[in-house]
Amino acid sequence: MLEIQRRRYRKRELTVEATDRWTENRPSGGRRALRLGELWSYRELVVFLALRDIKARYKQALFGIGWSVVQPVVGVLVLALVFRRLAGVPSDGIPYAPFALLGFLLWSYFSASLGNASASMVNNVSLVTKVYFARLVTPVASLLPGFVHLAIGLVLLGVLLPFYDITPGWEALVFPLCLVGAMIVALGAGLLLATLNVRYRDVGHVLGFLTQLWFLASPVAYPSSLVGEEWRWAYALNPMAGVIDTARWSLLNGPAPGPELALSAVVGVALLAVGLLYFQRAERNFADVI
Amino acid sequence: MARNAIEIENVSKRYLLGEHHGAHGTLRDTITASVQRTLGRETSRTQEIWALRDVSLTVGEGESLGLIGRNGAGKSTVLKVITRITEPTSGVSRTRGRVGSLLEVGTGFHPELTGRENVYLNGAILGMGRREIDRRFDEIVEFAGVPRFLDTPVKRYSSGMYLRLAFAVAAHLDSDIMAVDEVLAVGDAEFQRKCLGKMGALEREGRTVVFVSHNLDAIARLCRTTAWLEGGQLLAYGPTQEVIASYLASGITRAAQADFPERPDEPVSLRSATLYNEDGDPAVQVDRGRPFTIEARFVVKKPVPGLDITGFVESLRGARVLDEAWSEAAPDERGEPGEYVARVTVPPVLAVGDYAAGIWIGSPYETHVYEEDVLRFRLEGATKGRADRVLQLGLAWDVERTGERLATGERT
Repeated sequence: MLEIQRRRYRKRELTVEATDRWTENRPSGGRRALRLGELWSYRELVVFLALRDIKARYKQALFGIGWSVVQPVVGVLVLALVFRRLAGVPSDGIPYAPFALLGFLLWSYFSASLGNASASMVNNVSLVTKVYFARLVTPVASLLPGFVHLAIGLVLLGVLLPFYDITPGWEALVFPLCLVGAMIVALGAGLLLATLNVRYRDVGHVLGFLTQLWFLASPVAYPSSLVGEEWRWAYALNPMAGVIDTARWSLLNGPAPGPELALSAVVGVALLAVGLLYFQRAERNFADVI
Repeated sequence: MARNAIEIENVSKRYLLGEHHGAHGTLRDTITASVQRTLGRETSRTQEIWALRDVSLTVGEGESLGLIGRNGAGKSTVLKVITRITEPTSGVSRTRGRVGSLLEVGTGFHPELTGRENVYLNGAILGMGRREIDRRFDEIVEFAGVPRFLDTPVKRYSSGMYLRLAFAVAAHLDSDIMAVDEVLAVGDAEFQRKCLGKMGALEREGRTVVFVSHNLDAIARLCRTTAWLEGGQLLAYGPTQEVIASYLASGITRAAQADFPERPDEPVSLRSATLYNEDGDPAVQVDRGRPFTIEARFVVKKPVPGLDITGFVESLRGARVLDEAWSEAAPDERGEPGEYVARVTVPPVLAVGDYAAGIWIGSPYETHVYEEDVLRFRLEGATKGRADRVLQLGLAWDVERTGERLATGERT
């Protein structure tokens, strides 16, 4: 009798408050709530998964973090040679090196995050089929590792700026919003591709091609002012154009973005909304289909 | 007083198999299929599989439920529904409290990360917070027995160390409900013993445990209630001993022959294992008073110095009764490439009961084939009231009558 009571008592201790609520698992027919609150309760997992990717990436790389410097430097040199020397594109009055470097850094962050997010389900098959967690965790976590490269690249940019006599003003405070913008676009497109990827492995083939086209359609190596006036609005349909233009305005004293920025912002947010909805609808079948 | 921790009501789960629903369907297949559908040419390539049909179960708080049945009976699907990894097609499953899933040992382990890093990562995947892991960290490390290797990448761990660490993290999860799938199928005897002990401790602590295993002995030790699934349906559900008894008596688990797929990368491939009776026919039931023969057909593709094969027989309570090696009777040079048929005949020494036989092929240096529980058979005959024994040797007692009168008889 005493033993039973003791067991009951221990049981109580273990299962504090959550135990009075039932958690249900029933057919949802795809009409689930977005459950962003659940994502919040998994925030530590987001951080751990991001740390895993960062650590694993640098663990056996001889040159380690040095790649974060070499890549943008070589990248900018190539862009300068091809676009500046050979094609003679302008750069809105900004010296070409910082102009291209900032574009290159944001673009690298975006394309790496998009690639990671697209593969986030397929690369974590054992997690998806063996453990329950808010499925949004893995695509969201894949947005974080890219910040390591980006941060190092920005330090490099900061070192360069005095040589070109560029001193950012109060506009620099807006820069974090550009990063948020890049995250939104990468997550929105990444969720769409990750969901498709669960069912169709074609996504792997499409991704490289898509990223290349998107790169050419973004003002990384050239300024968006190069696009003719009548095409400005169409060009702004690419939300990354708004992100990069705004970043150049905020850090490099480039021209202030025009009203097209609003369109870029709307497209970016809409992309995220569509991505979230599509992901959430398909999510319930991931473990069965993947 | 006792409340339910898990309630499963009329749960069914359908899987669609077919080209455009399969795991790696390509976009082309889907487009082709939908074009054909709109053209009215229904190809009906989609096949339905009901992994669960109308299953209802309840588990009280602090109780443990065992799930038994053949492969593909739906046991793992029940766990996936309880843990919310997958949605039921109809019906509802409810759980009270935090659910921890241990469907695979080492889910999310990353080979490049150290033991310490993996403990935190794996803990987070299983739903533990950083502080909770901090608190249990020493316990986890002690259970796993790997303190010296904490800062070594787990890719350098032996498989035993790896398993122990992974199980330790999961076992120290403070969840109210633990769903455990066949974790004991991996690892050595020591590991299995430790795991079983820990799971028993979890139950005593008042956790609710749902446990899938082919090891009926483990089920019998851990679970008071057991459910037997077959083809997605609940065949029996009640006290463990009764359910196990009817499971064994049903004979559906028996197999006289097992075939194995070719393993192109391995130097040795087992092709088949068969159990024959005295007359040379494949059999699942043998008279216990007659000998039976285990036959293995295998291929050796590359020379394997010291090649050896053993056939082992286990009672369904988990004791390894026989484990006979080729090398014991044939100590010559062995291991030339070629096709082999190996037979071993077991004299009538085993008692009436159900047994499982398996095959090991390897050398003193390496294991190439290790297939447990591939043949299931029953030795029939009268138990003579002593059903618990494994050996029945018919040993002769040497009994001598040493006096006519009872020694105590003098009192009268």
